[in-house]
Amino acid sequence: MNTDRLIIALAAGVEPVDPSAGRWRLALSTVAGFAVGLPLLLLLLGINPALAQAAVLPMFWVKFAFVAALAVAGWWTVARLSRPGAALGRPAIALAMPVLLMAMLALSALTLAQADQRLALLLGSSWSACPSLIALLSLPAFVLTLWAVKGLAPTRLRLAGAGAGMLAGAIGALVYLLYCPELAPPFLVVWYTLGMLIPAAAGAMVGPRLLRW
Amino acid sequence: MIAAQRGDGVAYAEFLRELSPLLRGFYRRRLFNLQDDIEDLVQETLLAVHNKRHTYDPLQPVTAWLYAIARYKLVDLLRARAGRDALHEPLDESHEDLFADPAPDAEEARRDLGALLQQLPDKQRLPIEYVKLQGLSVREAAQRTGLSESAVKIGVFRGLRVLAQRIRGAR
Repeated sequence: MNTDRLIIALAAGVEPVDPSAGRWRLALSTVAGFAVGLPLLLLLLGINPALAQAAVLPMFWVKFAFVAALAVAGWWTVARLSRPGAALGRPAIALAMPVLLMAMLALSALTLAQADQRLALLLGSSWSACPSLIALLSLPAFVLTLWAVKGLAPTRLRLAGAGAGMLAGAIGALVYLLYCPELAPPFLVVWYTLGMLIPAAAGAMVGPRLLRW
Repeated sequence: MIAAQRGDGVAYAEFLRELSPLLRGFYRRRLFNLQDDIEDLVQETLLAVHNKRHTYDPLQPVTAWLYAIARYKLVDLLRARAGRDALHEPLDESHEDLFADPAPDAEEARRDLGALLQQLPDKQRLPIEYVKLQGLSVREAAQRTGLSESAVKIGVFRGLRVLAQRIRGAR
């Protein structure tokens, strides 16, 4: 087909599109990912019975802020990765910041603790279950985020897959913290981050195949 | 492009017509031994521009958006080729980096630069155009603009600094 004819065909009756549609799509998938993760949590684990007591501790809200900041930064990163040619510098920094800050908190907590308590701060009582549970709870968000990204236009598929996985991981962690009683920064920075990196790695693996357009 | 998002078919057709030679040039320089595929790729990319026009953010430079799509379609083609044609060096993910880095292409730079230069006052814009783009000496530029030589130099310096700030601010 002749290129000029193609252009005429494309331009004829071109329908208006909403440039913020991508943002809405991604917002929808994020909210839905959380909304589906929640009943999954209730089904599998239930909610931490001591949640009300935990919620008065400042550290609970630091933990919440850590995960929420990662979710926001992940959302921003994925939104950028879904638009061709958008710069990634600042979202990448935003993604690294919460982890860095939590790592600093963790280091100071470990330094201040007595030698025989350091391992307990790091491992808590649930280290072996935490990352895989976060990954499991992020599954609905993982599928939905990939769906949202595919409908936009990612050009770096491996990165886009990883970003989508990271965002899904943060949503999974947001759900999981309603159950998880751990509050020690060393625990959070290691096992929560690991839990979010599992879906990120999975996303990097499937991205090039699933996100093509 | 913004007109296209609003559904203005006439402006959209004109925009696509402007794109075609840009894309043709872009692919011609990158596909040395696949010249037959250029027109296909141009059409493929125009289609992608059309189908993905909702992903263009009006605040973003349109060239960055366009060339990212063009690059993606190019990698896509090369990957498909590599799968079919074992004689060629296989192109896998790692080769994507070759094209993924948004190194400014000449024509891309010229288009965006033109727009940026328009924002500068004449005192800075003219010296930059004469000295940096046309390659005149400072003295020649001074004669043409009627400015003093030091004013030309200052104009170049200040103008470039403003441009650098604008570009950085746009990221």
